[in-house]
Amino acid sequence: MIAVKGLSKKYARTVAVDQVSFEVAKGQIVGFLGPNGAGKTTTMRMLTCFLPPSAGTATVAGFDVLEQPMEVKKRIGYLPETPPIYPEMETAEYLKFVGKLKGLSGAELQKRVDYVCDRCSVADVRKKLLGKLSKGYRQRVGLAQAIVHNPGVLILDEPTAGLDPKQINETRDLIKSLAGDHTIILSTHILPEVEQTCEQVIIINKGKLVATDSVRNLQTRARGAESVVLEVAGRNGNLEAATVQQKLEQVSGVSRVLNKGQQDGRAIFEVESLKGRLVRGDLARAVVESGWDLNELRPSAMSLEEIFLQLTGTEAVAEAEQAVETAAGSEEQL
Amino acid sequence: MRNTWVICRKELGSYFVSPVAYLLLTMFGLIFGFFFWNALGFFVFEGMQMQMRGQSFPMNVNEQIIRPMLSNVSVIGLFFIPMITMRLFAEEKRTGTIELLATSPIRDFEIIAGKWLAAVVLYSCMLLFTALNFAFLFKYGNPDWKPLAIGYLGLLLQAGALLALGTFISTLTKNQIIAGAATFGVCILLWVLEWVSGYETATWAKVLAYMSIITHFESFARGVLDSKDAIFYLTVIFVGLFFTARSMESLRWRS
Repeated sequence: MIAVKGLSKKYARTVAVDQVSFEVAKGQIVGFLGPNGAGKTTTMRMLTCFLPPSAGTATVAGFDVLEQPMEVKKRIGYLPETPPIYPEMETAEYLKFVGKLKGLSGAELQKRVDYVCDRCSVADVRKKLLGKLSKGYRQRVGLAQAIVHNPGVLILDEPTAGLDPKQINETRDLIKSLAGDHTIILSTHILPEVEQTCEQVIIINKGKLVATDSVRNLQTRARGAESVVLEVAGRNGNLEAATVQQKLEQVSGVSRVLNKGQQDGRAIFEVESLKGRLVRGDLARAVVESGWDLNELRPSAMSLEEIFLQLTGTEAVAEAEQAVETAAGSEEQL
Repeated sequence: MRNTWVICRKELGSYFVSPVAYLLLTMFGLIFGFFFWNALGFFVFEGMQMQMRGQSFPMNVNEQIIRPMLSNVSVIGLFFIPMITMRLFAEEKRTGTIELLATSPIRDFEIIAGKWLAAVVLYSCMLLFTALNFAFLFKYGNPDWKPLAIGYLGLLLQAGALLALGTFISTLTKNQIIAGAATFGVCILLWVLEWVSGYETATWAKVLAYMSIITHFESFARGVLDSKDAIFYLTVIFVGLFFTARSMESLRWRS
């Protein structure tokens, strides 16, 4: 649905977006993740034909943003960071105006306006001035205007910024319910949001693409190897943690054992395996065979937060650059 | 065409929903009304004097009231035009709604034409107030309507030209006050440029005077439709809107 290749945006002194490439399949929700000032908004503005790219191409539904902007604009719904509302207009009046801008008219316009009012739960403020609405309502009106012409692609720039927790949840649910009908790109710097709403993540930092993958793959990839947390208890109430640690370290495939704390004859360890080795079964056997109790054994999934910090750290950026370069190289070979 | 109309309707909506339009209409009506009342008073006073002296110098409503009043309107207009155009683009840039317009499937010139048209319509509403006053002349006197109609055409053309320049200036900034002040400066400059022709006859003075927006109105005020002056105004309208389009385009490359 969306294909971006080598997209760059240069200003006089700075490079806002540098050689970003990614693809988004139809019906997906993609999280566009990055710290403030990473180039998220600039990329989105290029996709919506608000800004022309300095280099590279971007196509939406098969239309190039530079060559056929009118076709692209017809197929995109865009919610900028601050909802683009006119405070002196009433909700329904505003949605009608946007609908007309997007090319709707007559009965269809009325039908769509009614539909998005219901869908985004703004029907109760149809006759209110937008300037008098609360932030949550404004955001929902912003979403309503983005989907009023039933676009194939939705681009949402920080849709939950500035909302209270309840509104954030409502907005997320709304966005999730829109997936399937629409291909959605949403930008955010809030990590749990991506974990909760998105299937796919694109991480950028300082204008460069750092990673693009599914949320789950990213979680395993970032670690590269299995990481397990286990709690061991001694049968008679006392336990020498050092002995357990030694025993665990002897299990084949284990690269590192960390003692995370002990009390009352129980100890918690975090065990990392070597790359590509599954060690959970061996660990359990080793513990039980040594006569200890295994209270808990679970894979410690890395939170997106850790991944993000890891990836946007300087090392990771260099690695990602390499990865992008090799990818580009292999493309050239093809 | 349809999109231009959609934008124009929206602009008119925001003029007339906010107090802006009513304030402008009221102030303009008051100021013009005072001018008109004065001119009429003077006309009656002169007429009485002539009667007393027994002179029979022909009095002419067209020449003595309508013509100077039209010239007055063209100057008063200079003060109101910045207030009409200053928000057109500056406001959209400040609130970010320009992103909505720029990412909708409509062309830049449709947006620009719609906004300019709305400004012209608001100015026409202001002119309607002056027409109310002139209507009294037709009730109690017998003026010729043709010069008046041409005068109005001239006023519209002149306002169209200045509104186009104001629209352009409004695209340059996010700040309405800056847009308004700059437009005001341009309006006043374009008015006083013709003063040089009072004492200087060199070519540069002629060029300066030619650029003055007011000199081209004189023929219209006399009730003469001079194609030279009409073309001048149309050219300024075109240039103003053309620059607006360029400016909007550069907005995309820079912002």
